Amino acid sequence: MTSIPHTNLIPSSAPSRGKVGMACLIFAECWFFAGFIVAYLFYIGKSSSGPMPREVIDIKPVLVNSAALIASSFTVIAALRGLARSHMGSFRFWMALTIVLGSYFIYGTAMEWRGFIVDHHLTISTNLFGTTYYSLVGFHAFHVIVGLCLLTTILVLSLMGHIHVVRDYLRVELVSWYWHFVDAVWIVVFTTVYIVGMRP
Amino acid sequence: MTTAPIHPTSETSIGFGSRVHSWVISVDHKKLGMMYIGAGLIFFMLGGIEATLMRLQLMKPLNDMLTPHGFNQMFTMHGTTMVFLVGMPVLLGFGNYLIPLMIGARDMAFPRLNAFGLWLFIFGGLLLYYSFIGGDGLYGMGGAPDVGWFAYSPLTSKAFSVGHATDYWILGIMVSGFGSMTTAINFMATILCMRCPGMTFMRMPLFVWLMFTVGILVLLALPVLTGAQVMLLFDRFLGAHFFDPQQQGSVIFWQHLFWFFGHPEVYILILPAFGMICEIIPVFSRKVIFGYPLMVAATLSIAFISLGVWVHHMFSVGLPPWLNSIFAASTFLIAVPTGMKMFNWIGTMWGGNIRFTVSMMFATGFLVMFLFGGLTGIMLAVVPFDWQLSDSYFVVGHFHYVLFGGTMLAVFSAVFYWFPKATGRLLSEPMGKWTFWMFMIGLTLTFFPMHLSGVLGMPRRVYTYQPGRGFELWNLISSSGVPFQIVGVLLLVTNIIKSLINGRVAGPDPWDAWTLEWATSSPPPSENFPKIPTCTSPRPLWDRKHPEDPDCFYE
Repeated sequence: MTSIPHTNLIPSSAPSRGKVGMACLIFAECWFFAGFIVAYLFYIGKSSSGPMPREVIDIKPVLVNSAALIASSFTVIAALRGLARSHMGSFRFWMALTIVLGSYFIYGTAMEWRGFIVDHHLTISTNLFGTTYYSLVGFHAFHVIVGLCLLTTILVLSLMGHIHVVRDYLRVELVSWYWHFVDAVWIVVFTTVYIVGMRP
Repeated sequence: MTTAPIHPTSETSIGFGSRVHSWVISVDHKKLGMMYIGAGLIFFMLGGIEATLMRLQLMKPLNDMLTPHGFNQMFTMHGTTMVFLVGMPVLLGFGNYLIPLMIGARDMAFPRLNAFGLWLFIFGGLLLYYSFIGGDGLYGMGGAPDVGWFAYSPLTSKAFSVGHATDYWILGIMVSGFGSMTTAINFMATILCMRCPGMTFMRMPLFVWLMFTVGILVLLALPVLTGAQVMLLFDRFLGAHFFDPQQQGSVIFWQHLFWFFGHPEVYILILPAFGMICEIIPVFSRKVIFGYPLMVAATLSIAFISLGVWVHHMFSVGLPPWLNSIFAASTFLIAVPTGMKMFNWIGTMWGGNIRFTVSMMFATGFLVMFLFGGLTGIMLAVVPFDWQLSDSYFVVGHFHYVLFGGTMLAVFSAVFYWFPKATGRLLSEPMGKWTFWMFMIGLTLTFFPMHLSGVLGMPRRVYTYQPGRGFELWNLISSSGVPFQIVGVLLLVTNIIKSLINGRVAGPDPWDAWTLEWATSSPPPSENFPKIPTCTSPRPLWDRKHPEDPDCFYE
């Protein structure tokens, strides 16, 4: 028995299963969004009746919105840095700022939808533009809301004193991964809807 | 010896209710795996009943046992059940049971998520079958879904699918699909993070490699189906126009989305079967698997190419010729790695000291049947040939050879191989041999003539046919194979129940095998291994049994 060499046993350097799990979830979500992005691209300019994207979309508020969401990716990094140094005050401040920025994004989307529905009478059943626009932007907004719920839960737990750096750093980091993913999807959605989709 | 209690724990002394309770609340990957397989077997019998009804209807021309509407429901439910409620859960169940044991882990990476996935699958299945009762909806029309398992639009639009039958199809598949996705996440995390010391990637059992690849494919394909189903729900409930031609929506777009999922799904159903065969053939040939690295490479290339072949389901749609040509070429290409596997299995058996146990018989049967189904698949990749035979019984014959002759024979082989590990009892070999021959005869009788009636022009999914067109004999032979298959299923179920009660005690390693699941007792204790094992080569148990000549000397 002793003749079997054990020198070729690798030391256990496996990645954390939480990270693998979250990466897999994000991978699957990418393919979910891919379907809706392809649908949007496929149906650009195919609506049989108006309103068309160029008639209703006002790019300026969307740019402000996008800036807020992209900024929130950086504030969540700042929050994580605070947590790593056990500066709970800084962690909570940046976390709260992230939530405010994310909520502003949702508010902006709501205002855009309100304008479409009330002023332009564009709903999901009006034409193909409405169908693809509301489902793509709506699913993204839904993911932002899920992310906000996760971030808010962390903030509330930390205000109650239940966040411990050593035990919880990875968990908060994984939520930040999800948040970055939501942000990255928005860049693709923005390109699809507000740049590619605006061509005449 | 045969009366020795299987479970040396106090489980035999507790009541039936609390034993059921212990299964329901379980997060143990072994119990969850067995529940996956058990539930899959129940759905297998339901799907079998639907198939039997169809074969009875088609036994003679102008039969009126089933109405046209009833026939539509039967083929829809049969296809949906067999793909989503039998194939996937049974294979994921084997993965669940075996992956932690094979890589020397105590459980999956996320045990509670694992239980969640199982119950999502079961509730999704129940939701689909509830359509028989609830599908009528407020309109009093409908019943079970009748749109085919790939649910082409515009059949699924509100105008053509009144009532809630189609909604049950969408939601049932979506819910069980979420279950499959959580299981896939679990597989990936378990395989990447939970391997025992020494278990490098190139020492993993091939079954684990195959399930890893399946995990990638599930995570990639199922979300696309879920997205397409959400679009369909929006069309049906919110008046959206994704698949509505009246508003310039495209019905072909559904086909693209469905088959972008559908073709990787085919490999989700066959790759685990490949994995089982990769474990079983070497053990019963008493030889190391031939070309391990090539097997891994072939698996990964099959997964990669499978993303780019979906249009071969749509050759008769009328897409541009250059597009059809590209997808025909990619379909030919995927036969290359699959052929490599075939030769590697034969190479493993070549010159081996083959022991024809029932498990090995099913594995050999798999090779023959899958080869046949694979070859008709290559025929269908030829575009003009496909134009002639698309949606004919030739296609039905082809995919039943692949899915029944391929996947299900491998599953039966795996049941005979791993049943002793899971229960501590061996299945009866004589009864198993009867099961094998019943299935081989039944399969050939039922599915081989379908190729002939297909070439003669019999379309699939039509509830009856006219006499005098040459279909009668082939349909009669097809139907005559059904009793053999029913006997096969009944023999298998009887064998399982009988062997659970008084089967021969197996011991930890009845087949003299080499992978880590055989290093622990049968059934394994709830923590799997009293002490986490170490792995020194692709055949850790061989090294332990033959310290004078271990595999690790030759790595």
